[in-house]
Amino acid sequence: MSTAYLVALIGLGAFHGINPGMGWLFAVAIGLQERSRAGLLRALPVIAAGHAVAIGVVAGLVVLSHSVVTSRVIAIVGGAVVVGFGLWRVWSERHFRWAGMRLSAWQLGSWSFLMSSAHGAGLMLLPVLLAEEPDSETGGEAYAHAHSGHIHHHAPDSDATSAAEGGLSLADALVATAVHSLAMLLVAGLVAIVVYEVVGLRILRSAWINLDRIWAFALLVAGGITVAMGVSTFV
Amino acid sequence: MALWKPDPTFYPSPREAVAAPAEELAYVAAYDRSATKPDAIAVIDVAPDSSSYGQVVGWTELPYTGDELHHFGWNACSSALCPYAPHPHVERRYLIVPGLRSSRTYVLDTKPDPRQPTLVKTISAEELATRAGYSRPHTVHCGPEGIYLSALGGANGQDGPGGVALLDHTSFEVLGRWEVDRGPQYFAYDVWWHLGHDVLVTSEWGTPSMIEDGVVGELLLGRKYGHALHFWDLRKRRHLQRVDLGDQHQMVLELRPAHDPTKEYGFVGVAVNVENLSASVWAWYREGSQWAVRKVIEVPAEPADPEKLPPILKPFGAVPPLITDINLSVDDRFLYVSAWGTGQLLQYDVSDPFSPVLTGEVRLGGIVTRQAHPSAPDEPLAGGPQMVEVSRDGRRIYLTNSLYGAWDDQFYPDGVGAWLAKIETDPASGGLTVDPNFFPHGDQFRGLRVHQTRLSGGDSSSDSYCYP
Repeated sequence: MSTAYLVALIGLGAFHGINPGMGWLFAVAIGLQERSRAGLLRALPVIAAGHAVAIGVVAGLVVLSHSVVTSRVIAIVGGAVVVGFGLWRVWSERHFRWAGMRLSAWQLGSWSFLMSSAHGAGLMLLPVLLAEEPDSETGGEAYAHAHSGHIHHHAPDSDATSAAEGGLSLADALVATAVHSLAMLLVAGLVAIVVYEVVGLRILRSAWINLDRIWAFALLVAGGITVAMGVSTFV
Repeated sequence: MALWKPDPTFYPSPREAVAAPAEELAYVAAYDRSATKPDAIAVIDVAPDSSSYGQVVGWTELPYTGDELHHFGWNACSSALCPYAPHPHVERRYLIVPGLRSSRTYVLDTKPDPRQPTLVKTISAEELATRAGYSRPHTVHCGPEGIYLSALGGANGQDGPGGVALLDHTSFEVLGRWEVDRGPQYFAYDVWWHLGHDVLVTSEWGTPSMIEDGVVGELLLGRKYGHALHFWDLRKRRHLQRVDLGDQHQMVLELRPAHDPTKEYGFVGVAVNVENLSASVWAWYREGSQWAVRKVIEVPAEPADPEKLPPILKPFGAVPPLITDINLSVDDRFLYVSAWGTGQLLQYDVSDPFSPVLTGEVRLGGIVTRQAHPSAPDEPLAGGPQMVEVSRDGRRIYLTNSLYGAWDDQFYPDGVGAWLAKIETDPASGGLTVDPNFFPHGDQFRGLRVHQTRLSGGDSSSDSYCYP
């Protein structure tokens, strides 16, 4: 696992964690409603679990792609989906109509999963997951080979070889999901506790910048990179 | 387009909202009883240091006649900060203004010129009928995931049931009927909620046929108007419980739940007890898994010479107080009670919601007393304190004097007039003082009657909160 890969996973985890819409604010509200920090601390892992499932679904799809050829297709199609989703997030102002303040743990986790999915949290990780070099020796070679391939214009049949060995393994996907979600949980937890214990909700009035919009642009960038990666492997 | 920072008029908690700056403008629903001139939203300057303080400084006329503007509300408010559907970057800028008689609902934009709101959309009676099955839209509340609009009547020739329609809060389209399961609920009037507990509450007046030509004596004495509260699951949109106040308690009207979202109590005013013409305020509260109510305030009828009474009251020889509106300060400390018949505004300390303490009283108008305003001591006033609105900091109270066209005519048959008064109070100790320098009335309202007031930036009955 490269440092850049880890930094990207953790960085995006922090970016997701800091967004009030991804759950820390809900945890604070639950703590305030119950007048206990325990309520806040109980909510956080549930919210992170829902987020992890949303990420895991996308990571799982990448694993399923298995071959470099399908990876390319996934990269281009998936990247286009991410861009489209980003555009939708720029313009759309939709939100849920079924949620409320009194949710069971199961409902809270589902809320987090849906909120993360609807905001494209998993999709944002697509370029990172697709760019990751496989851990195994052969996989690494295959990846390097595939990369050198597009420089040297090697024969098409060598693609099939690298295809079988390349891509994200299931273990890689689980580790990526865990690393990302842990970073999300830590940042969300830190923000929630600081707001709950120290600064108070007044901070919302001044510091709650429109992350939805930044988020949408992040999706556009992520999608653009993914498409570019997919196209570049064909060149 | 959305904002980069939350709308500055949104506050996460009532504690924060109390520190909000004072309102600068008041929006007042004005309507023409004869339905020959268009209704209007009047804009009044309420900034004390302004040269036009207390004057009507803006007037937005609507394109039709016969709407009977009544209650109205904002497109978005502090509930936009709620954690489960946060959208803090929308703006509080549109007034959603229903016509109680026409069933049309107007959307006015206050942003380009706050003193001259402009009409941007008209929701037709047909749209409300087709999409939601309702007519006679009444109360507007900005919810976390849409605009809630209560309506008194059914659609397509049906008198009822009345209920709640949900509006999209960006497109203002009618999304549909809110209720998934309405249980035994038939009458509608007010709607509000306990956001912290996913509970919605509705109250009961009557159907259009019971109110539009005036109060019907036989129905009232036959105890046929609404006399119950309904509690609902706000998330599942299902009826949970009907709580009957007793059928002598006719017309269960304005709902004022505690602003603190951790609390589970609120107040509701009842217009008249047909046994003794008194009026009352009840507290609702949770008792185990059930909701319960308790009468906490009773205002007695005042005996009067039948000669001085309008025909509808002559047989009774008394003036009923007729509690037709109440309002709760944002800090949940003071409850304001309008007795429109006797012409009283009463202030109660409700720190203990079950034992209110009377802390202030003002008399203006009244069916018999006709108490004058201090700024015009020789001018007997018709009408009485009716719609009452309280500033977010709890220092200023605004009163208008019309109840509902057909009913004004029965209780003030020689004319109800039109006036807006401002009362000042000390949010720490209570007590009421009429502001002698603020009294837009009569011709300032161009022959129209005045009903609900909304304050720029929000007020005590416009916003709800998800954080304590």
